[in-house]
Amino acid sequence: METKSKTKTKSSKATAKPLKITGAEAVIRCLLAEGVDLIYGYPGGAIMPVYDELYKFQDQLHHVLTRHEQGATHAAQGYARTSGKVGVAVATSGPGATNLVTGIADAQIDSTPMVCITGQVGSHLLGSDAFQETDIIGISTPVTKWNYQITKAAEIPEIMAKAFYIARSGRPGPVLIDITKDAQFAEFEFSYTPCEGIRSYRPKPSLQMEQVEAAVALIEKAKKPLVVWGQGVILGEAEETFKAFLEKSGIPAAWTILGLSALPTSHPSNRGMVGMHGNYAPNLLTNQCDLLIAVGMRFDDRVTGDLNTYAKQAKIIHLELDPAEVNKNVTADITVLADCKESLAAITERISAATYPDWIAEFERLDAIEQEKVIQHDLNPTQEGLTMGESIQMINKHTQGNAVIVTDVGQHQMATCRYANFNHSKSNITSGGLGTMGFALPAAIGAKMGAPEREVVAIIGDGGYQMTIQELGTIFQSKVAVKIVVLNNDFLGMVRQWQQLFFDKRYASTEMVNPDFVTIAKGYYITAERVSKREELDAAVAKMIASKEPYFLEICVAKEENVFPMIPTGASVSDIRLE
Amino acid sequence: MDKKTYTISVYTENNVGLLNRISAIFLKRHINIESFSTSESEIKNVFRFVIVVKITAEKITKIVQQIEKQIDVIKAFYHTDEETIFQESALYKVRSSALFEERHIQNIIKQSHANIVTVSPEFFVIEKTGFREETEQLRKDLEPYGLLQFVRSGRISVTKAKMGISEILHTFKTK
Repeated sequence: METKSKTKTKSSKATAKPLKITGAEAVIRCLLAEGVDLIYGYPGGAIMPVYDELYKFQDQLHHVLTRHEQGATHAAQGYARTSGKVGVAVATSGPGATNLVTGIADAQIDSTPMVCITGQVGSHLLGSDAFQETDIIGISTPVTKWNYQITKAAEIPEIMAKAFYIARSGRPGPVLIDITKDAQFAEFEFSYTPCEGIRSYRPKPSLQMEQVEAAVALIEKAKKPLVVWGQGVILGEAEETFKAFLEKSGIPAAWTILGLSALPTSHPSNRGMVGMHGNYAPNLLTNQCDLLIAVGMRFDDRVTGDLNTYAKQAKIIHLELDPAEVNKNVTADITVLADCKESLAAITERISAATYPDWIAEFERLDAIEQEKVIQHDLNPTQEGLTMGESIQMINKHTQGNAVIVTDVGQHQMATCRYANFNHSKSNITSGGLGTMGFALPAAIGAKMGAPEREVVAIIGDGGYQMTIQELGTIFQSKVAVKIVVLNNDFLGMVRQWQQLFFDKRYASTEMVNPDFVTIAKGYYITAERVSKREELDAAVAKMIASKEPYFLEICVAKEENVFPMIPTGASVSDIRLE
Repeated sequence: MDKKTYTISVYTENNVGLLNRISAIFLKRHINIESFSTSESEIKNVFRFVIVVKITAEKITKIVQQIEKQIDVIKAFYHTDEETIFQESALYKVRSSALFEERHIQNIIKQSHANIVTVSPEFFVIEKTGFREETEQLRKDLEPYGLLQFVRSGRISVTKAKMGISEILHTFKTK
């Protein structure tokens, strides 16, 4: 095979004896060899040989039948994000494959390790516009870390090994492997060798000490330093190293939405969220700090606002793994190109312990303003109508900050990220970069299966919930004990908020006439309750958390609440609005 | 910032779909590709793409970072015209009668250092390799005599500086 010589392997790990099996069986054996015991998917014509083998291997490899292929990808993502392992989604050709695309794009932009396997029409039919033929390689190319079409059974072991290696190494991401039906049927002599390197791919840049020294020099000089961290801390499993760095350096730190939960909410260095709906202090002080240390984050536009006015006064240190992120949006004074676990450890070792009492006092002063203007109202409202903030506060009360919280996209997502408490890493599962409505319900299924011992609460808006509501079927059939909270305001709330603020309250197509969500949940045999009064909330959330089974709770919240603070699109982080 | 012509050289593995993956990087950023050519490089089974774009200095570095990020890309470089030796080839198909009726056409071919590739009773084909202005000038000169077909290749280029691809591949093997 052409690619054989290029893949570095260690023969000692190979399975013992060559074994003549079909391509379909080889797919299963490759998954088992990679330590996969759980996959999500949906069968169909072109992937039937693989499903036939799944039937035979069902005691070793559990397949979760989702109700839509998009659900399979989000479930695989949720699984990957709580377990730290590679999520796997399987679909048939044509519509099965195209239905994966949203989840793949989501995994690509949020760096989630995922392997998608699609069936394809027989190789003799490729290009003939055969039934359920679609060019999924062409379609998925811009949204995959790597993809490959297998037309010969003998390619399966090596390509599957590469797929898993690529998905999990370096900056993780989705890989799609498309396998023609004839390759699934053909027999060949199987042996499996895990991939340990690809000559054109360097997943882990090696730490350069001069970059570390340069970063240390800037840190030692700083009077008003600020750390902004992202998901890189979680993906690099650098939580403890990061905490040690913060504790020694004394530097206040704020998170991007995907960095949330890497550091406990209660940690004294944790100064909240940056970005469009982030906290007042870290956003404003981004433009007052003299040193900005970005750790495993990529300066997304929702974080930076207007780049021309973003942290211009500050020196910038960027700890980053992916060379393509270096100076992409923000030009750093010092880039430390390495796994942040290594770079943080090296920096921590070399810096002197410090404290910044005056600088921290600035945060506290601004926090008090936000408390008075925003948080007080969100968490202790006096008017009628439940707020999203108090609903989340109530969930905090009953989970004690120990739950995995899965969110969808919109107002409820921002409110949750602002107010949910986290004690443990890998606990905030949300669609950050792509903003995929419909993500939460299926992602919660995977999140629970990836961390079965943990409480998993999905918090979803009434809009996004209905985009993948059919996954209630998966929850019921597979008995996944997720807790589903729909914060229902009968609106596509975030779009409505923008219409109110920037489009003169012209509520074009944002009002939702909703069905009876409780009845729907009950239709899937899921215990369900609805609350709309403040006095009912405590007991209802308590009952939900106490349940050992899947549970649905609809919380009817005030219809026209807005999420503040807010940095309008294209505005500077300094222009953050409190009302 | 001013746009400039850059030649991007990409050394890659020989994998189906890589062309699509690389062109998608330009498509996503709405960047027009001026020319594109690919062939096997000096190393067996390693391919070289030569892509010409007109963009700003800021954009070219980001584009090359994105190209290099692709799994099957071994290394990507970009260079200005001053840093490369580059050529394009063009073919011109002209009615044979023109060659005999118009004496001037023979002078054009001679002066432009073009070669006649083939002559048949109906047509003859001229080949010219050189800079864009040279192949373009010849096209303009031949046009009055009835140019039946004209085609120009993408830019091919080598750099003045060394590329070191064998060394990159070697470090991988010995790692």
